[in-house]
Amino acid sequence: MTIIQLAWRNIIKNPLNLLMSIILFGLGVGLISFLLLFNTQLKEKFDKNLADIDLVVGAKGSPLQMILCNMYHIDNPTGNIPIKNAAPLLKDLHPLIKKAIPLSLGDNYKAYRIVGTNHDLLELYGAKLKEGSLWAKDFEVTIGKSVADEAGLKLGDKFVSSHGFNEDDHTHDEYSFVVKGVLEGTGTVMDQLILTNTASIWLVHSGHGDEEAHDEEAHGPSIKENTEPAQEDQVQQNSNADLLHHMDQEITSVLIQYKSNKNFQALNFGRNINENTEMQSASPAIEMNRLYSMMGVGTDALNALALLIAIVSALSIFISLLKSMRERKYELAIIRVLGAGRSKVFLLIILEGLFLAIIGFIIGTFLSHVGMEILAKYLKADFRYSFTGMKWISEEWYVLGVSVVLGVLAALIPAIQAANTDINKTLSEK
Amino acid sequence: MIRTNNIKYKYPGGKDMVFPDIQCSSSEMLLVLGTSGVGKTTLLHLLGGLLSSQHGNIQIGEIDMTKLSGAEADHFRGKNIGIVFQQNHFVDALSVIENVTLAQTLAGNKVDKKAAQNILDRLNIGDKADHAIKNLSQGEKQRVAIARALINQPKVILADEPTSALDDSNCNEVLDLLQEQAKAVGSALVVVTHDTRLKDKINHQVIL
Repeated sequence: MTIIQLAWRNIIKNPLNLLMSIILFGLGVGLISFLLLFNTQLKEKFDKNLADIDLVVGAKGSPLQMILCNMYHIDNPTGNIPIKNAAPLLKDLHPLIKKAIPLSLGDNYKAYRIVGTNHDLLELYGAKLKEGSLWAKDFEVTIGKSVADEAGLKLGDKFVSSHGFNEDDHTHDEYSFVVKGVLEGTGTVMDQLILTNTASIWLVHSGHGDEEAHDEEAHGPSIKENTEPAQEDQVQQNSNADLLHHMDQEITSVLIQYKSNKNFQALNFGRNINENTEMQSASPAIEMNRLYSMMGVGTDALNALALLIAIVSALSIFISLLKSMRERKYELAIIRVLGAGRSKVFLLIILEGLFLAIIGFIIGTFLSHVGMEILAKYLKADFRYSFTGMKWISEEWYVLGVSVVLGVLAALIPAIQAANTDINKTLSEK
Repeated sequence: MIRTNNIKYKYPGGKDMVFPDIQCSSSEMLLVLGTSGVGKTTLLHLLGGLLSSQHGNIQIGEIDMTKLSGAEADHFRGKNIGIVFQQNHFVDALSVIENVTLAQTLAGNKVDKKAAQNILDRLNIGDKADHAIKNLSQGEKQRVAIARALINQPKVILADEPTSALDDSNCNEVLDLLQEQAKAVGSALVVVTHDTRLKDKINHQVIL
């Protein structure tokens, strides 16, 4: 029966006495650890998806919405831009631009977005083919890992897209896409996209141009009435040069990577677009920082609340220990009589505080991971973003450290009192 | 085995208590008799090192207890002195036998569960070894306290009013047990009491 065992036995002897402080401590730890888990994973997702994109150019509207839509694929487009407006960006010779990647949005399959673009997009996200090939002809698609896993699409499968971004909108049953390739998982937004060429998006929408003329802005690029019928030729529109042959068509946005973002001309480049064209540009880094700082207020408030709960719970551990120590003063005196020095009695109470804190930490960590796992299910259903509660992050070691410190601090005064108890006086009381 | 020389004690605001010198050898028994309020418990606490003596010497074996520091006194007491109180306290979270083996641990000895069981058997409470302390009767608790005081085979056993709460038959039984077990481990047994029933049972007496 060591002091450690004795401390443990004292804790489990009457768990109901300590239940309240342990639960409270667990809640505080749980909330802190949950916030850490969520923020870390959210930031990780956002950062990974930045993919070195320096600028997004699209239709005028909310810049944040444009970023969320075109880079994170969690919002609707701000509208479309005519290729003739975007042409200067798409030409190869622009001195500032290293890469300009057109995106055309507008359709989905089971809420997975179909994106009309070129092969450069893969490079941005470091995506590699797992099987099959990249899209080449119209209506050929290459799908991300989550699309393959969750929507159940395989190589060679055919499917019909739905309009807009909700899967229950009406379907374009006259055109069917065929899966030509599947990408390896990257942990980025690539995993949840269905990639095809720009022309396929135009074709899907050309079939019933009239009936959707009224809502084309909301739904994505569609063919203008006066377009020459190039789409009938099944041309392979996989390069920017091809797009320039269709000046009257529309795309949703252009993702731009500069040759050097330290170039001061690059700083003016975005401003020029905003001031002198009908398009708008936005920097993902700036917009995301704006979003973080807006969310930051809420996160800070929650953090403060969690810390408050943790401190109150440490206070409650302090009170339970003090109470239990007073109830056990004869017991502690007897331990001294049997040969334990003051330091051992001190250690005993400190260990009890430590055990309470560690049990609280275990309960809290369990709660936060279960909570995160449940939230992950919802996030997956709503945004196709994969979070997990099964991951241990290094910040949790800090939470353990803080728990241990709080446990020891809470036990300090009771332990000092216990060590200083006058055994002669205690045992003389009849 | 235990010998005192000229010990005195004064509580803050109290008057000087002067105690007669006592002496008790191994396997022998000493009765310290005194009425209430003459300082019996104070003497016992001084002998047990629960109070540090302000004057004189307390020799146990080769060691003068009054020369030991607080921590040394705690350790020395654990190893060499067993104390049975009138009202005995235990660690409630532990079973009967664990309370006995706890005395081994705290004295710095190896836990010997067999020895603990043996001693409980000798005191006729072996069958209660795994019970919770709170389920024992007063008399059974007294025996556990005796077992706990004896387990480390101390040089000295101090008993504070071990019999005053007991009826005649139990009084005899507890005294016999104490005497028998102290002899078995070769301890000096000092009984401090106002219980005059013990007067005729122990020859070696000191009156406070």
